[in-house]
Formats: sequence, C-alpha cells, structure tokens
Amino acid sequence: MSKLTLTQAINAGLRRALEDDPKVLLLGEDIGTLGGVFRVTDGLMKDFGSHRVIDTPLAESGIIGTAVGLAYRGFRPVCEIQFDGFIYPGFDQIVSQVAKMHVRTQGKVRMPLTIRVPFGGGIGSPEHHSESPEAYFIHTSGLRVVSPSNPQDAYTMLRQAIACDDPVLYFEPKRRYHAKGDVDLDADLAAAPALDSARVAAAGADVTLVAYGAMLKTALDAASAAAAEGTSIDVIDLRSLSPIDYGPLMESVRRTGRLVIAHEASQTLGLGAEIAATITERCFNYLEAAPVRVTGFDVPYPPSKLEKHHLPDLDRILDGVDRALGRPNSQTGMED
Amino acid sequence: MSDPRQEPEDPRSMHMHQLITADGQRVQDELLDEFVADVDDETLLGLFRDMVEVRRIDVEATALQRQGQLALWPPMLGQEASQVGSVRALEPDDFIFPTYRENGVAYCRGAHLSEVMGVWRGNSNTGWDPYEINVATPQIIIGAQTLHATGYAMGLSLDGKESVAIGYLGDGATSQGDVHESMVFAASFQAPVIFFCQNNHWAISEPVGLQSAVPLAGRAPGYGIPSLQVDGNDVLAVLAAVRWAAARARSGGGPSFIEAVTYRMGAHTTADDPTRYRGVTELEEWGAKDPIARLRVLLQSRGMLDVGAEAEIAAGADAVAAELRQSCISLPDPEPMTIFDNVYVDRHAVLERQRDHYERYLAGFSSAGQGPGAGNGSTDAGTREGSRS
Repeated sequence: MSKLTLTQAINAGLRRALEDDPKVLLLGEDIGTLGGVFRVTDGLMKDFGSHRVIDTPLAESGIIGTAVGLAYRGFRPVCEIQFDGFIYPGFDQIVSQVAKMHVRTQGKVRMPLTIRVPFGGGIGSPEHHSESPEAYFIHTSGLRVVSPSNPQDAYTMLRQAIACDDPVLYFEPKRRYHAKGDVDLDADLAAAPALDSARVAAAGADVTLVAYGAMLKTALDAASAAAAEGTSIDVIDLRSLSPIDYGPLMESVRRTGRLVIAHEASQTLGLGAEIAATITERCFNYLEAAPVRVTGFDVPYPPSKLEKHHLPDLDRILDGVDRALGRPNSQTGMED
Repeated sequence: MSDPRQEPEDPRSMHMHQLITADGQRVQDELLDEFVADVDDETLLGLFRDMVEVRRIDVEATALQRQGQLALWPPMLGQEASQVGSVRALEPDDFIFPTYRENGVAYCRGAHLSEVMGVWRGNSNTGWDPYEINVATPQIIIGAQTLHATGYAMGLSLDGKESVAIGYLGDGATSQGDVHESMVFAASFQAPVIFFCQNNHWAISEPVGLQSAVPLAGRAPGYGIPSLQVDGNDVLAVLAAVRWAAARARSGGGPSFIEAVTYRMGAHTTADDPTRYRGVTELEEWGAKDPIARLRVLLQSRGMLDVGAEAEIAAGADAVAAELRQSCISLPDPEPMTIFDNVYVDRHAVLERQRDHYERYLAGFSSAGQGPGAGNGSTDAGTREGSRS
C-alpha cells in the first residue's frame, strides 16, 4: 500500500498501462517534456520515449481525430485534454467519430480510447479552466463516462478505462489532485469493483446523497456535519456517470425515502435531472419527498472571486438535505 | 529522409500535371512519367474497364434511387478517373479513408455491391468490413477522415510498416479545421499519409472559389507538405501522382497533398438540384474533358479497343449493374432489435434496460388482438404488426 496524491495515482496508472500493453500511447499538449500542466504525466516520456508519450500540436480535434486513426490501427490511445473548457474543439470527433465508430462499423472497429479531462472549479483559475462538461458526453451514446473521487479509484478506474474496449471519458477532479490516500498498486484489476459500479462512501439512514468527483469530499463533509446534528446521510459515490449504476441508489432510496443529488455542473439537464427522473420512475412509492438537486447555477462559470457562490458547498448541500427532510430551508415558502 | 520543407511552388500558379489530354493524346510529364513507365496497354485497358464499370454502377444506383429502392445516392459521374486512378495506385496493405462519394474506390477494392448499397438503402451505416478490404467506412462528416488517415499513418510509422494511409477529401473539405489540423499533425510527425483532394468544383451549391483564393494544392506547402495538381479526369496522371506520393511516404518522405482537378457532372446527391446554381455551359465544357472518352480515343489509337472489345466491356458492366440491382432489392430489412447492437462492446446496464423494455413492448404485438394498442381497433396496431414482420 502506497500513500499517493491523486495525480501520483493517475501517473502510476498510466505507467502501469504503458508497461503492460505496448499498444498504449499517450497523446496530449505539454504531456511529454513538461510532464503535463498538472504534472500528471511527469517522467513518462523520459521512461517510455517520445514515440509512446507524444507531445502533440495544440489542436484538440487533431488529438482526438488522430487517436481515432491510431485506434483503427490497433493502438489504445490515452488522450489528455489539458482543461475541461478546452475539450470543445474536439467535440465533433468525440461525438461523431469516437462514440459512433463501433456501431457504425457493425462492431468491426473498436475505439478503446481513454480521454482524460481535468474538470471542475475551486482552483482560482481564469475562464475555461473550471468547467464541468460531463453532461454533453453522458448524453452521447457510445461513450462511457467516469469520474474518480479518491487516489485508489483514480488508479484502478484509469487502468480499467484503458483496458476497456469502449471509449471512456475520464473526468479528473482537479481540485482534489493533491489529496492523498492509500493506493494498492498491485491490486488485482479483476477483483476490483467494476468500472461501471457506484459505491457507498458513507452509510446512513435518513437521506441518500449522491455525488461524484471533487463534490464527493464536500458531500462526505456535509454528512459528518449532519451526523453531529443527528441526521444520518447515506453518501453514494457515483464513480460511473454513464452508465449510472442505479442498484446502490435504489437500494439506498428505498431505505431513506429521500434523495439529494449534488454536482458542480449547471442544473438544467444535468446528471441530477436524470437521476431524479429515474429514481422517481423506479422508486416512486418509496419516496417521502421530491428529489432535490444542489448544483452549479445555469450560468457560465463565474470569475474565480465569485466561484464560491456557484460551487455547491457544505452548507448548500445541508440546505438541500433540509429540503429533502421537509425542514425549514432557503426555499421554504417559495415552493412553486 | 528527404526534406519536405523544399521551396514551395507559387500557390497562385500551380502547374497541372497531365499524361492524357482531353482529346486522347499521350503527352510527356517530367515528374510523372517515371511512375507509370510500367503501365502497358493491357493495364490501361484495365483502367478503362474499371471506369466503365464504376460509371455503370453510378447509373444503376441513381436509377434505383429514383425507383425508391435507395434512400439517397451520391453520384460519381465525371470523377471516375480520380477514383480509379488513385485506388489502383495503392498496394493492398495501404489503408483508405474515403468520403461518402468514394463508392467506386470501394468497389475496386473488392467491396461487395450489396455492402455498398446497404448504406444508401438505409439498412446500415456501413457495409463492408474495413479490415477485409483496408477501406474505412464512408465518412459523412466533411474532412473528419483526414485526421483518421493521419493517425493511422502515425501508427504505421510506429509499427515500422512501409504502407501508407490515404485520406480522400473534396474541395469543400479544405475549409474544414480538421483538414488543416491533419496537415499540421502529418507534417510534424512526418506521417506516411496522402491527402487526395478531388476538386470537383462544387460543394453542393458552393463553388470552389468560395473555399480558397488559391489553387487547393497551393495550400499544402505552407504546412511543409509537398503537393501537386493533377488532371483529375486523366486516369493515368492520377495513377502516377498517387504513386509519386506513395513512393515518398514509403521512403520516409512523409505526407503529400494531391489536388485532382475534376468535375462533379451529376448532382451532389440525388436530393440535390444543380440547375439552381450552375449553368449548362460549364457542364458542356467539362463534358468535353470526359475521363472515359479520352482513354477510349487513346486505346483505339493503339488498336486496343475495337467495337467487339468495347461491347464485351459494356456487357461486363451491365452484368455488374444487374448484380447491383439484384443485391440491392433483395437486401432484407434489418431486425428492429439490432438498433441496440454494437453501441458498446461491453454491457451497458442502462441501455440493456431500454432494450429489454422495447423487446417486451414488441412482444406485446406478437399475436393479433393482444398486446398494447390492440384495444384501439385502429389500423395503427396493424401497421406496427406489419412493421415487425
């Protein structure tokens, strides 16, 4: 067991994938000599060579599009998009090519790409560096979308994503990059929880709280604070955003009867909407209250001095928990 | 490795390479002659046969669309030399990334006609297995495939292969960012890729002058990619130009760009009406540069194509057309549940749940008078019943 930061865990996962499979290649901007702007790929070009850890021209469509060609040739490319807000120039290649190639070719051509995307805010960056674009990709069939919340999951899920024969968008919780945790580098992948599985992060009985990525830490903090006040929250780490593993969610909601979903991304048609709708459809008779969303607002990501108002924090999550429990809250008296 | 950053040709005055003139005369070309020194009259006759068959396929497919058997068809009329000359210049291991219009290329590579027709009939999004004939599936997003060709070529280099990748594109595609990014990547990594651009003068209704202020081949040198402009209605010159580019790529010379100057004699697709945006004068002008007619003259002058030989080739093309028609109209409608197939390689629980629900829904119609909708007494249920048979 090693104590690693989340970036070190991803680095270890990339290293292991490069060692295990000669078809694995890394493509991205500044990932080689520099080791990535977050140093996630630090040392990999030196150890594996510039033919496997490839600094690319500054063109996201080019990165994804050439990775499609490399996958056609049998390679297993791992692309880095430097920041969440830079993925849009590559959007067409992801949505029209990566996601559809396998179905288009009736299963003949596989696209085992992993697209790594540091995402989310809270790091005081300028515009385009703090976004949560996951819903665009969750909405796109043919893609898998995952987001780890801790170093062990970051390591294991990355290795699973690279080994997966489907394309995987791997959203890295960048404000948790320096969080440390125990990582078992030699854990058997086959024995690890499946890539598309959710996980109960903290057991509780009164309310189900769903989060993923960096928001998981905030959710756990909220659960601790609530516990001190006598409210027991079941926290679910979603891990896989597409497909969503509804099993643990439904099991939890059937016990608690109350559901809160928290994410940084904007509210309208975000993941919270999908989960609320599905749980309402499938667990209607168990619900004691309407599902509650605690999310970023439907605004472009604000300047960093204002981001604390946009990002759901512990108090906003607890306000949502109060709504789910029918206690006085910020929306009391304005239910319509 | 040769230096690709040679002195670029002035983009405003590209020289168009040609080996067979519009009136069927074989002319010399300093650059291209050596690449077709081995092409004898029999080979020329083979190229003629290919072009006649490709044109016959085009005529038949257009008719099938008009008869309601195809949903859509993108005609190749006028571009036979560009398609046949380019594909016949390649080795079997070379990998082709076509657009939706390269159905003549796919045919020459061995795609079965039913596989070509399935796409345009609406049965499937692709027909052939790309790895069986080394041709990727038709690409509809303009220019996207040039990045795939470049990435594939990067992979060829990594694998130490001498093969090349070729990305087909049209004049309209040269305005797409993906094409420019392709050239940047190809030049930076010296990828063994050929950008084969058929300038057919029209991107649906937009003339090539709207896409570029200079000849299309004039752009590539700015990326450090050698380019040449070739008469795209001259099958021998196209063959030579692609061999030139392939030889460069195989010897470590990196990417090349070819502008094959041709003309789309038909509509963009069968849904298009070109009379709304271009006149007959232009059509007559290009009709006089027909790729098949000029090779006919050359072959006749060499005694290779008497009336009997031409009749035999025409009969062969008719047989191809008959097979195309038969294989098209006998394609079975796809099964409803196949819409869920191959979306993912591994199981996807959410999609599986949707599939299971739809399967149960359809099963409700399995016998008359039962299942959802049966109580309506409407023809709707009957229609659904029929659609599942």
